[in-house]
Amino acid sequence: MGLEEKIPSGVLLTSVEKLVNWTRKSSLWPATFGLACCAIEMMASGAGRYDLARFGMEVFRASPRQADLMIVAGRVSQKMAPVLRQIYDQMPEPRWVLAMGVCASSGGMFNNYAIVQGVDHVVPVDMYLPGCPPRPEMLMDAILKLHHKIQHEPLGPKRARQLAEARADGTAPDLHVEMPSTVRVDKAARRAYEAAAAEGRTGQFGIEQRGGNAVLLPGAGDRR
Amino acid sequence: MSEQNKPGEQDLVRRTSGELERSPGGGRNRKAVRDGLLPAAVQGFGVTFAQMFRTVTTEQYPFEPKVTKPRYHGRHVLNRHPDGLEKCVGCELCAWACPADAIYVEGGDNTEDARFSPGERYGAVYQINYLRCIFCGLCIEACPTRSLTMSNDFELADDNRQDLIYTKEQLMAPLLPGMEATPHPMRLGDDEKDYYVREPEPRP
Repeated sequence: MGLEEKIPSGVLLTSVEKLVNWTRKSSLWPATFGLACCAIEMMASGAGRYDLARFGMEVFRASPRQADLMIVAGRVSQKMAPVLRQIYDQMPEPRWVLAMGVCASSGGMFNNYAIVQGVDHVVPVDMYLPGCPPRPEMLMDAILKLHHKIQHEPLGPKRARQLAEARADGTAPDLHVEMPSTVRVDKAARRAYEAAAAEGRTGQFGIEQRGGNAVLLPGAGDRR
Repeated sequence: MSEQNKPGEQDLVRRTSGELERSPGGGRNRKAVRDGLLPAAVQGFGVTFAQMFRTVTTEQYPFEPKVTKPRYHGRHVLNRHPDGLEKCVGCELCAWACPADAIYVEGGDNTEDARFSPGERYGAVYQINYLRCIFCGLCIEACPTRSLTMSNDFELADDNRQDLIYTKEQLMAPLLPGMEATPHPMRLGDDEKDYYVREPEPRP
């Protein structure tokens, strides 16, 4: 790409990588791409109660040329697919795609000829968000998981190669992308989750944290 | 209603022979009048200033976990009997009820050596594809043994489609104190009736 090709890898490059990734994730501007009911939740996420501005991304850009993230909110019909692809192609790199809701992720309940069965048939997707529609917290959770992913992206082909080699060796650290955001921001809970993930108990983690309760009983006095 | 009770009648825009006729003065055509003695700028910024004293409605979501209502439709749980045996009998009614075809179940036969649930059958393979599931809860209504219920967990996003097909290991409820990991023989009685028509234990 440029300078990062020429400087030696090591402390400087990883620091630059961290800085660049931090700047990229801290002002991730989404493109306005609401297609169906999920867009209502997406708009709610941008408004005062949920306030995506806290993560530097309240500006939903109407022009794809100014956007970094495409939140595909809703079902994509076969007729919309080329439009989606064109908007993606118009976005400057680096760019990310978040498939919001089950319809965008896999076609959802619309298993028929009119709907694209997953937007990853058209564009590469970085984050899949289930839900019909996902509530604003779910969208924020997906966005924060994407932030986490962006923070650990390799900068330039050399670092990408190193990371690919580390993944092949099995020495690359597990990012735990699926870790819930409320767990990730809490250091003690994060360590507990990593321990649970090592034992393959991530499915039971949330219920165990609530002392065996699957639901949040009023006045249960638990962590959540 | 009489004519006198409709004061705005003459101010309304009337349509006469295709042309718009507006009444002069009053009503919509009235000049914008500021009520109040303060200058406009003070009035305007006053609104902004007053906002600072209003209650903040923003949720501090990732830092303060969202507490949903107890009946929120979140991620599914496959429950256990009090001794740890699985409640799922592999009947596939949930899969039949699912409008999005998100559930895949394969039943298996319990044997004397390997017993996973009381009775004859158990769910050998149980998968829910969360990229199809719309959290409607019809599977919960269909379940005859209350094996399948929904938790309040909703933070499910992931970066690949494979990991969002939850398998039985992820969906099973954790082993609480007093429960034993399956397979094991029935502890609460000799046959499945002792599980399904059991008297509730008295509360301490």
